[in-house]
Amino acid sequence: MTGDQFPLWAAIAVSVLLVAGSLLMLAGCIGMVRFRSFYQRIHAPTLGTSFGTIFILAGSVVYFTVTQLRPAVHEVLIFVFVSVTTPVTLMLLARAALYRDRIERVQDVPASKDPLDNAEMQTSKKPS
Amino acid sequence: MSRVLPYPLLTLSLLIMWLLLQQSASPGHILLGLAIALLASRAMAALQPEKPRVIRFLPIFRLAGRAVVDIMASNIAVSKLILNPNSDMTKSGFLTVPLELKHRFGLAILSCIVTATPGSAWLEYHPEESEVLIHVLDIENDQEWIDTLKYRYETLLLEIFG
Repeated sequence: MTGDQFPLWAAIAVSVLLVAGSLLMLAGCIGMVRFRSFYQRIHAPTLGTSFGTIFILAGSVVYFTVTQLRPAVHEVLIFVFVSVTTPVTLMLLARAALYRDRIERVQDVPASKDPLDNAEMQTSKKPS
Repeated sequence: MSRVLPYPLLTLSLLIMWLLLQQSASPGHILLGLAIALLASRAMAALQPEKPRVIRFLPIFRLAGRAVVDIMASNIAVSKLILNPNSDMTKSGFLTVPLELKHRFGLAILSCIVTATPGSAWLEYHPEESEVLIHVLDIENDQEWIDTLKYRYETLLLEIFG
C-alpha cells in the first residue's frame, strides 16, 4: 500500500498514539532530571515503560495491520518483555542503592532489619 | 509424562512466542516451535524451580484489570507531578507494609506490579516479619497506599495462589 492509499483515520490514529507514547516517555525523562534523590528517580522510567510503550506499540500495530492487511500482533511480545524486565532491573538498582546508603550511613534511609546486615554495618567503618 | 513435559505452561508459552515471532502458524513452524519449546522446558527442569500452583484462575483477570487501571491513574498523577513547575518534590518517603501473602510467585507478581506502577517501588522484603519496604512518591496518602496494596492486590493474589 503506497503512501497516498493509507487511510486518513489510520494515519490520525497512528500519529496520536505515537505522539502520546513519546510525550509520556519525555515526561519520564524530565522526571529523571527534576527528581532529587535516587529513589525518586526510579519512578520516572516506569512512566515510559508502562503506558508509553503501550501507546507506541499500539501505533505500530495499527500501522502494520493496515498496510499488510493482516493482524500484526508480535509487538505484544515487546510489551511483555519490557514489562517484565523493567521492574526487576529497577528493584535491583534500588536494592544496591539501599545497601550503599546504609553502609555510608546516609540519614534518610530506613535501617535494615536483617541481623546479618546490622552486624556488617557495625563492623564496617564509614568511608571518608 | 512429566519427564517429557515437565512444565506444560512454559512449553505452551514458548510455542506461542515462537509462532508470534515467526508471524505464522503453519504446521512446519508449529513443529519447529514445539521442538524448541520442549528442549527449553527440559533445560529449565535442570534448575528445578517449583511449579506454580494456581488454585483459581478467574482472579487473574481481575488482578490484571485492576493493575491496568491503577497504572493508568498513577501515570497521570506522576506526569502531573513532574510537569508542574510548582510541585513539591519533597513529599516522597519510605513505607513498611505488613503482608499476609507468603507464596513466592505471588510475592514476585506483587513486586512487579508495585514497581511497574509509577509512584511506588518495592525495595526490600523481610520474610521473617512478612513486611515489605516500599518507596512512594506521595507519602501524604500513605494509608491509601497501604490499603491499595493490601486490599486490591493482596486479596486477589491470596485467592489465586492460596
